[in-house]
Amino acid sequence: MSEQLFKVTIDNITIEVPAGTTILNAARKIGGDVTPPAMCYYSKLEGSGGKCRTCLVEVSKGSEKDPRPMPKLVASCRTTVMDGMEVKSATSPKVLDARAGVVEMLLINHPLDCPICDQAGECHLQDLSYEHGKNGTRYEFQRRTFHKVDLGDKIQLHMTRCILCYRCVFTADQLTETREHGVLDRGDHAQIATFIQKNLQNDFIGNVIDVCPVGALTDKTFRFKNRVWFTKPVDAHRNCSNPKCCGEVQLWMRGDEVFRVTARKDEWGEVKEASNGKTGWICNECRFDKKHTNDWVIEGPSHVNRHSVISQGHYEHLEKPQEFLPELMHRQPRLLMDIHSASEVNKPDIELSEIKGPAHSTDFNK
Amino acid sequence: MGRKLLLEKAHVEGIRTYDVYRREGGYRSVEKALKTMSPDAIVEEVKKSGLRGRGGAGFPAGMKWSFIAKPEGVPRHLVCNADESEPGTFKDRYLMEFIPHLLIEGLIVSSFALGSNDTYIYIRGEYAWIVDILEQAITEAKNNGWLGKNILGSGFDCNIHVQRGAGAYICGEETALIESLEGKRGNPRIKPPFPAIKGLWGRPTVVNNVETLAAVVPIINEGGEEYAKIGVGKSTGTKLISACGNINKPGVYEIDMTISVEEFIYSDEYCGGIANGKRLKACIPGGSSVPILPANLLLKTAKGETRYMNYESLSDGGFATGSMMGSGGFIVFDEDQCVVKNTYTLARFYRHESCGQCSPCREGTGWMEKILWNIETGKGKSSDIDLLWDIQRRIEGNTICPLGDAAAWPVAAAIRHFRDEFEWHVANPQESQLRNFGLAHYADDIHVPATV
Repeated sequence: MSEQLFKVTIDNITIEVPAGTTILNAARKIGGDVTPPAMCYYSKLEGSGGKCRTCLVEVSKGSEKDPRPMPKLVASCRTTVMDGMEVKSATSPKVLDARAGVVEMLLINHPLDCPICDQAGECHLQDLSYEHGKNGTRYEFQRRTFHKVDLGDKIQLHMTRCILCYRCVFTADQLTETREHGVLDRGDHAQIATFIQKNLQNDFIGNVIDVCPVGALTDKTFRFKNRVWFTKPVDAHRNCSNPKCCGEVQLWMRGDEVFRVTARKDEWGEVKEASNGKTGWICNECRFDKKHTNDWVIEGPSHVNRHSVISQGHYEHLEKPQEFLPELMHRQPRLLMDIHSASEVNKPDIELSEIKGPAHSTDFNK
Repeated sequence: MGRKLLLEKAHVEGIRTYDVYRREGGYRSVEKALKTMSPDAIVEEVKKSGLRGRGGAGFPAGMKWSFIAKPEGVPRHLVCNADESEPGTFKDRYLMEFIPHLLIEGLIVSSFALGSNDTYIYIRGEYAWIVDILEQAITEAKNNGWLGKNILGSGFDCNIHVQRGAGAYICGEETALIESLEGKRGNPRIKPPFPAIKGLWGRPTVVNNVETLAAVVPIINEGGEEYAKIGVGKSTGTKLISACGNINKPGVYEIDMTISVEEFIYSDEYCGGIANGKRLKACIPGGSSVPILPANLLLKTAKGETRYMNYESLSDGGFATGSMMGSGGFIVFDEDQCVVKNTYTLARFYRHESCGQCSPCREGTGWMEKILWNIETGKGKSSDIDLLWDIQRRIEGNTICPLGDAAAWPVAAAIRHFRDEFEWHVANPQESQLRNFGLAHYADDIHVPATV
């Protein structure tokens, strides 16, 4: 029996999708600007979505049978398509206005501490505000703050940055056996928490770092070690003994050093299906403890979207510029770094690395 | 003098006890329903009565009942929403406190109609003493064979459980109520699926307000058509109004929806006029979340017609010049009240009660509260008023549940009708701390444009 297909038109592009597909997933099949942004929906987590309201779309025609438009904007991640449905996403001024409103609301209490945030460069909220936000803010009050909390020795919760997408709550609920982690309090004072700062010890809990769209949950083994755009993602795998772990990861390397290990992500920032059919969650051992290249079988550089800041390193297809100095000089040039050993101006016997702070002339006159 | 159906016997000595209630004709509707009517016939009767949900939205109750899914072998549930937390609304409390058996009677009939063997009363946590009253009434009803197994030999089993909430306004929203009843955090669910298909524990569920379920009793006793004769148009039957604010006689009144707003406020039978001989400035006619109206638009519609106390007339003119019946929390303001301060108070309430799921409501309610606090304390700027308007516009309609709308409407209406007062606060930061704006022009006749 063939699957029932529904015809849906999003921003004048028609596509056929199986019945039960959400508008968001239909739009993702089309891709590009048509796709509404989604901060809380995560296709691998049951029950997620509907909360952030960034994916609001206008349904201008309900279905073939009932062509009435829907009275309100709907959350595309939780609304299933009907046959003959017509949806406006990027073409509806109403949607764009509402989306700008949501971005503004999400940012009013966000600290905007991107310069010191480990998530910067791969932060969904950053992307969202670049694409749909406005310059400046109309919010003139103190922003909401929380204390930083360590959830165990490997994960830090920085609630001030959280946008309450609930993804980590669903992850903890669905991937781990015990529910230790949820939302306390209500409204703008709600917070993600473990009850009375309990440590999270479960072997899969590290995945909350991957699902967090902002820098609220960060990997303490990577914290402040590097900027993501200086590191190079490399696909790798290992034979993990944990039966739930897919063992396929991305190593974020600089030189030979593995700075952090994450699950592999697809173009929507969600973990990928692994080649063995498992969802791409990885266990804590792979994530936190295997930080050597010889723990892994390296597959090669990960493909990164060329619009991403991470691809600005151009590491995927490295073309070294042609060196023309040796040709002209008939010898290797002295590297600028070597000037100290070649020059007699400063005393060569003084080891520069042993000088504390910037070097002054007094350091050489001793 | 209007007819009373619900509170007629509320002041009979000892009506809270089973014996007196039964002597006064209580539980007749259960006898009639279980012995002579089929569940479908009861639903039909409620449909005929035109009874509209008394919780706020005014959705026809019979229609809601007919939507309930009836899959084979799956239990269904009726849940009574007694989480009455809207500021200004206290009608359900009154009903449950003084005549609890009326609710139990309505619940038994409604449970029979819907096939609910386990029926729940989800009651606001702060109504702690009413839980005892209800449980007492349930025990009495059970001891006299109105609850339990095989009621009146009809083969129908029913038990009623009382569950206390923990003090969250959001749990009055039906899907949040269901989540809370299941023992989870009271976050509203995303609809669809509606509770009629997948409600409590994934089973088909109907959630109705206390007053709606109590109104089923007179509908069955007198017949749906008789009930529909009371009232006017689509506003059938009687409605409990909890009147409060600057009036001489605050309290719960049962009205038959044919009287005018003016009569309700000024007649001695009801509110008895504005207290201390002052003048009417404004009124929130249906509980804190419905739009506030200035005196002139409250008593007369924009077309210059008299405004009546019923669903249609109160909402005449839409939100531009009208309001809503809501849950019947009638809050009256005299000339000495400050609309800015009132709006701030409501905004603070909604900020505190937002569940925090949807970003516009979570962040927007807090933002509005802060701006309103600035205006109220003389630190506002003229751009703040437009900013408030913009924020409420972006909350309304963009959230999962109606709390976002409920938070946006009071702010929107206050700015729409009382912009002068907001501007005065901004322009006179010091004076606004010392005195109120007063009545100003809010009771003046509205200019009615000549119709061509």
